[in-house]
Amino acid sequence: MDDFLIRAGVAAVGVALVAGPLGCFVIWRRLSYFGDTLAHGALLGVALSFLLGLAPVAIVFLVCAFIALALFALQRDGALASDAILGILSHGSLALGMVAIGAMSWLRVDLTGLLFGDILAVNMNDILTIWIGGAVCLAVLVLIWNRLFAATVNGDIAAAEGQQPERITLVFMLLVAGVIAIAMKVVGVLLITALLIVPAATSRRLAHTPEAMAVVASLLGAASAVLGLWASLQWDVQAGPAIVVAALVLFVGSLAIPQR
Amino acid sequence: MSERNIIELKQAGFRAGERWAVRDVSFTVQPGEIVTLIGPNGSGKSTTAKLALGITKPTAGTATRTADLTIGYVPQKMSIDWTLPLTVSRFMRLTDRLTSDETLAALQRTGVAQLVNDQMRTLSGGEFQRVLLARAIARKPDLLVLDEPAQGVDFQGEIELYQLIGDLRNELNCGVLMISHDLHLVMAQTDKVICLNGHMCCAGTPTTVTESDDYRNLFGTRAGEALAIYQHSHDHKHLPDGTVQLADGTVADHCDTCGTEHGENS
Repeated sequence: MDDFLIRAGVAAVGVALVAGPLGCFVIWRRLSYFGDTLAHGALLGVALSFLLGLAPVAIVFLVCAFIALALFALQRDGALASDAILGILSHGSLALGMVAIGAMSWLRVDLTGLLFGDILAVNMNDILTIWIGGAVCLAVLVLIWNRLFAATVNGDIAAAEGQQPERITLVFMLLVAGVIAIAMKVVGVLLITALLIVPAATSRRLAHTPEAMAVVASLLGAASAVLGLWASLQWDVQAGPAIVVAALVLFVGSLAIPQR
Repeated sequence: MSERNIIELKQAGFRAGERWAVRDVSFTVQPGEIVTLIGPNGSGKSTTAKLALGITKPTAGTATRTADLTIGYVPQKMSIDWTLPLTVSRFMRLTDRLTSDETLAALQRTGVAQLVNDQMRTLSGGEFQRVLLARAIARKPDLLVLDEPAQGVDFQGEIELYQLIGDLRNELNCGVLMISHDLHLVMAQTDKVICLNGHMCCAGTPTTVTESDDYRNLFGTRAGEALAIYQHSHDHKHLPDGTVQLADGTVADHCDTCGTEHGENS
């Protein structure tokens, strides 16, 4: 097997492992659109990183973190509904990103690569970023798991009984920003959310407890990554979308399992 | 703040935009005391409970609690989405580590121990409330805040739950702040009643409140009978064979004190 394919597999599996548990929270909290918003913001991050000549992962994370904070502040303000705020942030950052990329006429930007990922071009540096960054995200998630879960089930109970659900929620949003930053190269900004929510949704039918659902989502994501890469090699299709299609196939298959 | 008070609200109020949800509320809760908030819909009962808990920060006045208070809270509204696989036993451990013995013991007290492995979203309304209450008491709280704890529970179950809350107050010496519409049931256990209608309209012992004009204006004159019914039913007991055991222990064929409504002993 070729080296680039092994690198792609290692990278994609790394992303899937961390996306699974976070994706469960995205689903439980009905935040799928929040993932999309951050992903669109990632495009602005990439544009800025070209402009500043800095590492895309860091700048994308910062832009996503900024968007998460903006969402948090605007939600607290309470004037607009969450979906409207998300729409403004999402399309606003997408438009800003496109304008910035267009303005840099001296630069040839591979837009397709940004939108749909460029997983076969993954190098050792990317793999290190994904596995170290992913491990940090997972470690933080394990650390806050119980409190984040309590805040997700009922924020009022968590607040009344001595926890800080808002602070924990903010940490969670930053974790999602982190995952999007490291996953961008694998599936691209348009399909990152799919990697978060599709394996988690599939996992729901297989799990009885939240913890089991998180673990199964990780495994299903990893399986999708391997399946998708294999399919892309087999039928010569783009790898990023193929991974998402594989996740989709697993989801459709899970529909055969009766709802519990 | 006096040392005995675990909660103290002073002229506390909360405003959302232009509208005051509730204002000028002052009361205290002490260990072993049951304080009940009553009032019509939209009178600010839940908001007052949230002010007392510190979930909502007062826009006027102050709301203070003793530091390091273990609190058990039963919110008014709560739903578990299908996407969330959550068993009763996992839900019991939501904010605290509990042994499985502690979990079972608490569920047993609210009469739902058999549901321990069920999914939360498959529970009926009444079962759900019993699990919520079990979770709140399992932590052995210093303060219980119960927002309509018996909603959806059948009548006999309601009586038992309020009885349980009274028992727990004695066992744990915990303060209880309760919101309820079941006036005739909660008055029996309550030490202090706060009657809300966007502001504090009257407060005191159940007797003084039910006799006040404000209370009668708010709930109608029949509501005043709620307490009377309770007080009657407490001094005698209807036995299964139709006879009546009076307060002094003697058994009579019928009772003279109660009317057509017996309250909890009917």
